[in-house]
Amino acid sequence: MFDDHLKIMTMLKEAGEVVGRKKLQKMVFIAKKLSFPFQEKYQFHFYGPYSEELTLRIEELCNLGFLQEEKEKVSGYSQYRYMLNEEGDKMASSFGKEIPGLGQCVRSMNEQPSRFLELVSTIMYFDKLTKEQVIEKVHIVKAKLKYSDEEIQEAFSYIESLMQMKN
Amino acid sequence: MAKPLGQLHEEKVFKDPVHRYIHVRDELIWKLIGTREFQRLRRVRQLGTTYLTFHGAEHSRFSHSLGVYEITRRIMDIFHGRDQWDDSERLLVLSAALLHDVGHGPFSHSFEKVFGVDHEEFSRDIITGDTEVNSILRLMGDDFPHKVADVIAKTYPNKLVVSLISSQIDADRMDYLLRDAYFTGVSYGNFDIERILRVMRPTEDGVVIKSSGMHAVEDYIMSRYQMYWQVYFHPVTRSAEVILSRILHRAKELYEDGYVFRESLTHFESLFKGNISLEDYIRLDEGVMQHYFLLWQDERDEILSDLCRRFMNRKLFKYVDMVSISDIHELYKLFEEAGLNPKYYLIMDSSSDLPYDFYRPGEKEERLPINLLKPNGEIRELSRESDVVEAISGKRRTDHKLYFPSELIEAMDDENVKQKIKNILYK
Repeated sequence: MFDDHLKIMTMLKEAGEVVGRKKLQKMVFIAKKLSFPFQEKYQFHFYGPYSEELTLRIEELCNLGFLQEEKEKVSGYSQYRYMLNEEGDKMASSFGKEIPGLGQCVRSMNEQPSRFLELVSTIMYFDKLTKEQVIEKVHIVKAKLKYSDEEIQEAFSYIESLMQMKN
Repeated sequence: MAKPLGQLHEEKVFKDPVHRYIHVRDELIWKLIGTREFQRLRRVRQLGTTYLTFHGAEHSRFSHSLGVYEITRRIMDIFHGRDQWDDSERLLVLSAALLHDVGHGPFSHSFEKVFGVDHEEFSRDIITGDTEVNSILRLMGDDFPHKVADVIAKTYPNKLVVSLISSQIDADRMDYLLRDAYFTGVSYGNFDIERILRVMRPTEDGVVIKSSGMHAVEDYIMSRYQMYWQVYFHPVTRSAEVILSRILHRAKELYEDGYVFRESLTHFESLFKGNISLEDYIRLDEGVMQHYFLLWQDERDEILSDLCRRFMNRKLFKYVDMVSISDIHELYKLFEEAGLNPKYYLIMDSSSDLPYDFYRPGEKEERLPINLLKPNGEIRELSRESDVVEAISGKRRTDHKLYFPSELIEAMDDENVKQKIKNILYK
């Protein structure tokens, strides 16, 4: 009951503030792939793994009065900023369960640019493929973003470091 | 070497209540429809438990899949000869359209949530694994099945091809809105599909709509909005879905606790153990599930038998709009005090628990919006041009309900506890 909402609140409490819906989407996806207990269903979209369920859950948390959403204009587009409000913070503290290891991973991801998290999440989406196949896939599905070999290697190393952080 | 597949000597047609006729000219498509994996979709309802609210909603994923194929086929005809469209992708797109739901399980929404499986993974496995579907697709080339799976998974390099099957205005959505409206009998799911198809144009990044067709798209968005509130989010359907998911949870929990069922669990065992094979999965359909629900009505476990009787006889849970979180916690305690297991009899259900979405333009790079093509070649996002769509985009899209068995509450012996529960639920 309400557990999945509380997990998202716990994550936001750890993060403090997340800027950008895309970033939030990728952070939850990566956390899920790291075996943190998130249940949101993801599909691959134009910009990488995306969960409609998460989008709606965030909206629900805003409507329930636990989450603060601030909309700002950035070069002609809307960008959203998320943080728990006082009620949400109380709620997460009273009913949320601690998720061991989550805080450090979340804070680290939150410091990364969205472009990098998009790459990391895309790599993790194809985790059943070999490393060579994943790299080939990234170049195909993310052709427009023109990720360099260095960025891709950095993303693989980052995934390793997240796994260590988690443990 | 196998004979390559070409055109049928004579076109085949299926009568269809939504599109009148579904036309099949390609041998490949005809053979795919005849496979056991595709025929299985006749035994999986398109709308899961919705038939308990709208009794006409018995249509299957089979008829929806044929509908998506037919819409895509018509789009191919419109794109034929246009610069941005590569006709060599035609059979790939048609195969993906036909097979996009082939991995759906019985009552798949609850089923996937409870057992942690994903129909998209099963779709890929059916297309690329040792199946009849795969053996037909391979006649088009060894890598053809993987290409079809990539289109369905949205990881195929040609974004235009992907957008025909999965975008905010795609063949899948257009068919299910029209079909679901037809079979539920509601009057608000209709829109002018002929007009939309006529104004679709291919671009490198996906389909765009000529701005002269904006009003037809507005109608489509309105239909989508109304269908969500009137059909997909219907609280009675959600009550049936809540009970269905509790049945599956209970059966799984009992199995894990070593409970001995009266009847053998042949079809469920590997699922409960978490090692379901593709063959086991293909054998599951809604007939099989309901067979077990019938049997479980007579199980010794009172919770399982009660939930199954409710589902089979449509004795659903009542609901109220969500009460505060602290009240829910209080209710939890009171239910336990009264001997009613809240895990199975006090369920909160949110709109995010449902597999449907509204149109939203979103934030840059969140997901692809619907784009309009202006006469001067400029591309504009739909809600920036349409007041109607902009108005809907800002509306509330969330809903929370609390489900409970009202007659079991009425039957509680402890009057004090009963009254406290009712005071919270009906305040």
